[in-house]
Amino acid sequence: MAESTLSGRVWILLDRVGSLIEDIDTDQIYHNAHLHITDTAKMGEYALGNLEGWEDFPQKARPGDVLVAGRNFGAGSSRQQAVDCFLSLGIVAILSPSFGAIYFRNAVNSGFPVLRCPEIKPLVESGLLATGDEVRVHFQSGDAQIINKNVTFHIFPMSEVHYDIFSAGSLYNYGKARIQE
Amino acid sequence: MGKTIVEKIIQSHTQEEARAGSIVWVDLDVRSARDFGGPNVVLNYKREYGDVPVDDKEKTFFTFDLCVPACSLKYADNQQICREFARKQGIRIFDVDRGIGSHVLIEEGLALPGTTVVGTDSHLNILGAVGCFGQGMGDVDITFAFRTGKMWFEVPATLKVLIDGQVSWPATPKDLILYILKILGTEKASLKAVEFYGEAVNTLPLAGRITLCSMITEMAGIIGFVPETNSFLREEMRILTQEDFSSIEADVDATYVDEVKINIDGLTPQVAAPFSPENVFAVDELTGTRIDSGFIGSCTNGRTEDFAAAVRILKGRRVKEGVMLKVVPSTRQVYQELLQQGLLEDLFASGAIISNPGCGGCAEGHIGLTGEGEIQISTGNRNFAGKQGKGKTYLASPEVVAASCVLGSIANPKDV
Repeated sequence: MAESTLSGRVWILLDRVGSLIEDIDTDQIYHNAHLHITDTAKMGEYALGNLEGWEDFPQKARPGDVLVAGRNFGAGSSRQQAVDCFLSLGIVAILSPSFGAIYFRNAVNSGFPVLRCPEIKPLVESGLLATGDEVRVHFQSGDAQIINKNVTFHIFPMSEVHYDIFSAGSLYNYGKARIQE
Repeated sequence: MGKTIVEKIIQSHTQEEARAGSIVWVDLDVRSARDFGGPNVVLNYKREYGDVPVDDKEKTFFTFDLCVPACSLKYADNQQICREFARKQGIRIFDVDRGIGSHVLIEEGLALPGTTVVGTDSHLNILGAVGCFGQGMGDVDITFAFRTGKMWFEVPATLKVLIDGQVSWPATPKDLILYILKILGTEKASLKAVEFYGEAVNTLPLAGRITLCSMITEMAGIIGFVPETNSFLREEMRILTQEDFSSIEADVDATYVDEVKINIDGLTPQVAAPFSPENVFAVDELTGTRIDSGFIGSCTNGRTEDFAAAVRILKGRRVKEGVMLKVVPSTRQVYQELLQQGLLEDLFASGAIISNPGCGGCAEGHIGLTGEGEIQISTGNRNFAGKQGKGKTYLASPEVVAASCVLGSIANPKDV
């Protein structure tokens, strides 16, 4: 069984004037010019490569970091690479008020925690949550903390299917146990 | 308790109770991959399942439509990876000659009312236009679907949208969906299915339904349906698929998450300005904006009717000197109709550049890219920053694109 909590240093996707960026689409996350790449290890260097102000994210990110984004993160195309590029960098989770539908299931299928958190916007706007903070989230209870500030908040707990796929590591592993038996 | 259209279709493909909010395992009638995503599917498949046959090769397809024929060595390699896998597995390919996968699936009678279809195209929900539950997915899902014929899916809640009023020239179905996007944005229909009602949509032929349903993706929605049909559509579909066309209707006591009424009286041509499809203005607010290029095609406006509409503006006129007008039919069948109806000749005479069928105007790989500083007006469905290049893209109907190319600036068709 996988861990049901994780913690990490956060990056908050803000625009030039300091607002949380909403509706970030998959061409901003992983541009279609790089879709010919099939090796996940090589996808990390293009992560957020077409998001203004974040082109240097692959150089700044460290394995174990957590990404925080505005609503409808991952709008647009069905490309798995927009999830794989973060796996490639060792990003451990993404928190957003909501995700594009296809993006969300692509992440779930790869065992990558995409966590819905309705409190993101007020937390960021009030300055309570900032880049560099350490957060800890519990997938099943939905309890979350900003560790260095001793602030608590909540995420939507993972649904059973999502948690089971996450625990199995991927849809393939989950399916081998569940569907093909 | 009654069911919405999406609940009904999913219910007929699962053993579990399909209700909005429940996660169920869905049997898939068609599983497809294209030249973006397809090579990853093949690599994933070989890694996870080795040489094991796909679940059902008769229900599995490749549709190449993005970089067709391959314009770079990487894509030539990637397409060949898919071809060799397909040959070995006995899977049919709609190859680089055939056109946009979603349209090909409709023309081939593979996307029928009440069926479930998945593929690596985020606009595969366009199939809602014919009452089919189509969904775009990433390569992990599609690999799994190739092997098992199944997917997990959270049954979406349904938003009922009542359109009050008529669409009349110079407004078109594209202007209707852009106006709906302006009203609903990316939040109202987010993660929901949409059922459209009202005379303006009930009377639409296939082309208009495709245009309408193609931009549900841009609303962050799951799929759109137009339950009411008309005799023209039924005949059109019967000729296309050689089968009787019967629509899927919601139960009268189905439960909707919300109902929105949109009044479209006096609807004028609409234009989505950079860099969001919901950033919509009446064309008259943008007229005079200089353009460098125009694009007519895409899965949103790539049917014969769309080009015929453009020709009505372009015939006897010329694309303004210094403006590039790029035309890409959605499929080989549409291409043939354009040839037979003389529309290709009219487009050629106007100065348009005409290419073979495919997904031009959207992704790097086919024509329709923009250079830094370039301003393009396109019948496509996305104008996100950097998507088609460093230029700026406006989204509009074929008529508005044609009129704008004649005048060299964004124009209302009635002013040409």
